[in-house]
Amino acid sequence: MSAGRLRAARRIAVKDLLVERRSRVLVNQVLPFSGLVMVVFAFALGTGGVLERAAPGLMWLAVLFSTLITVQRSFAIETADGALESLRVAGIDPVALFLGKAAALAVELIALITVLLGLAVVLYGAEPRAEGVVLLVTTAISATCGLAALGTIYGGLAAGGPGRETLLPLLILPVAAPVLIGATRGVEAALGTDRTAVSEGWPWVGLLTVFAVAVGVSGALAFGTLIED
Amino acid sequence: MDGSGGTPAGDATSGAAAVEMNGVIALLGGFPALSGLDLTVAHGEVVLVAGPNGAGKTTLLNVCGGLVPVARGSAHVLGVDLTGDRAALRHRVGLLGHRNGLYGDLTVSENLTFWSDLVGATPEETARSVEAAGLAGRLADVKVTALSAGQRRRTALAVLLIRRAELWLLDEPHAGLDPDGRGELDALIRLAATSGVTVMLASHDLDRSRDLADREITVVGGAVVEAA
Amino acid sequence: MTPTTSPQPTARRATGTRATRVLGIVTLVMLGWLLLFGLVLSPADIDQGDAVRIMYVHVPTVWLAYLAFIVTAVCSGLYLFGRRHSLGFDRVAGASAEIGVVFMALTLISGSLWGRITWGVYWQWDARLTTTALLFVTYIGYLAVRGLEGTRERRARRSAVIGLLAVVEIPLVHWSVRLWRSLHQEATILDTDLDVDIDGLMLFTLFSGVVAFTLLFVWLLLHRTRTIALDDLLASRGLDRAIAERRSEVTSSGSIGGGS
Repeated sequence: MSAGRLRAARRIAVKDLLVERRSRVLVNQVLPFSGLVMVVFAFALGTGGVLERAAPGLMWLAVLFSTLITVQRSFAIETADGALESLRVAGIDPVALFLGKAAALAVELIALITVLLGLAVVLYGAEPRAEGVVLLVTTAISATCGLAALGTIYGGLAAGGPGRETLLPLLILPVAAPVLIGATRGVEAALGTDRTAVSEGWPWVGLLTVFAVAVGVSGALAFGTLIED
Repeated sequence: MDGSGGTPAGDATSGAAAVEMNGVIALLGGFPALSGLDLTVAHGEVVLVAGPNGAGKTTLLNVCGGLVPVARGSAHVLGVDLTGDRAALRHRVGLLGHRNGLYGDLTVSENLTFWSDLVGATPEETARSVEAAGLAGRLADVKVTALSAGQRRRTALAVLLIRRAELWLLDEPHAGLDPDGRGELDALIRLAATSGVTVMLASHDLDRSRDLADREITVVGGAVVEAA
Repeated sequence: MTPTTSPQPTARRATGTRATRVLGIVTLVMLGWLLLFGLVLSPADIDQGDAVRIMYVHVPTVWLAYLAFIVTAVCSGLYLFGRRHSLGFDRVAGASAEIGVVFMALTLISGSLWGRITWGVYWQWDARLTTTALLFVTYIGYLAVRGLEGTRERRARRSAVIGLLAVVEIPLVHWSVRLWRSLHQEATILDTDLDVDIDGLMLFTLFSGVVAFTLLFVWLLLHRTRTIALDDLLASRGLDRAIAERRSEVTSSGSIGGGS
């Protein structure tokens, strides 16, 4: 990968994060939504043992729903005043665009996951344990990279024309299954839910990593075509 | 090829034309927005594209910018064949439509440094462009959403300066601007033209735009009907 | 099958030819044959009873649905990486995906009916079932993308990319779901349909089902591909007329001055 491409990607990622710092849409709207989802799960499932056992899965479900909104926001920035079109006319490298958007999305999702993990501890009584910290962090990072790549691919497609927002969940959710499954098992092993051992979590990190790499590479190749119109 | 409607009389350098179109048909969702358009624009010319609504003015600009593909006919822009790989054209053309392509939550200078970093412009070049667009000083740190329509337009044109775009395709650049805004915009377009930029300007505001333009063409039904 | 590059102006107005009519008749005969063997001549299973007859539809549709999605993937690749970017491949890809989704729906319906009778539940969280359901939804998404607006070539390119992305994603989905199920549950329940004590007549009936549905698939694919080609032809003919109309605007307004 050329240095120019990486520099452009970094520039695009920094721009996205700067927009978020100024507008605070994710902090003021998406984050409260995610927290609310965590609370609503408790209404649906009732308190007691169920919540504690299901905590990792519920947390990742909340992450998945929030990802959909975050992806939409990420591309709303680009389409609000035709910026994506300007970038395309200017011939900005679509691979750099993909990597930059995905990187910014990953940073935003990691922040979100950290807060939701804290909420899972507070609301669901999911207690982290010292020996699982490394697994917890690696799971979160690899899952986030996969989600960010996946979200950017289909977010770009949905941003290509008007009236395509409703397509986003239909395209993302079925293929996000590996992330939901892998990340949930990984966090379960890290927390020791159902007396699982930490070592049981590592194959899932493997799955998440393969997913992130495969989706990331194919997304970088496909992105130029998907945002074309 | 010669004798096409848009060829200006006495054009000795047709081989080096900035825009060269022959029988171009372009489609918008199955509708032939351009229905066999012939046009030649020389380098450094400022051409006013006139015509009623729905005549195909916007599509013409979008085709020149490589956004809308050429379905039939032949088209070369800045020497790049539009029926083939348009990638080589991309960074040399600036297209400004009804939207400005700016990030509303960022300030003027943040928007401009974003672009100058992306295209690798030097700080001096950027500063010169900012100066030329009249955006230096207090305006630089204002959020784009807080700007007037004219100031936003000028910021968008400053991006084209920073990108060193050789062909400017401006779609109704005067829309929504007050007289002061128009005057400042016109000055900026003139400045670009004197530095060798080719400009195609679609406009309803004919009297205003004629002062700017070297030449005027009228598009009706997706083709050039009259070249003055 | 050799997909045509672009619709010929002299193309037939119908989608049938003598060959497809023969194929259609053979398909009908085979389906009748399947009904005869599946419902009348073949015996009920010792364990499953008459429910085993569902298998004569279920097994052929599931394998054809997978075949259809493979055809879509291959044609997407041929369209995208072929030298001529032949739209014919795009049409086959689209037609195949549509048929695949229909067959997949039949698979899911027949499977859950069979499951209700045999296992007592409509749905089992088995790896194969779960992957199949996700695959079904993924291709519904693919068809939605095919329906998006844009020029014919752009739609074809976009669909081909989405079709190929599915090839990357589906194995990952399947792998993750299998890993998930292998953890908590013995994955043997579904094997009951495999270790049925299949007698010769049942095997023959199943084989007839596969042949009948394969013929049906080919027949549907040919016709659907041709209707899409006719749609494209119609669009390009309409285009010629639209261009002529648009040109007439030019001549009728030729006298209008530039300063209007």
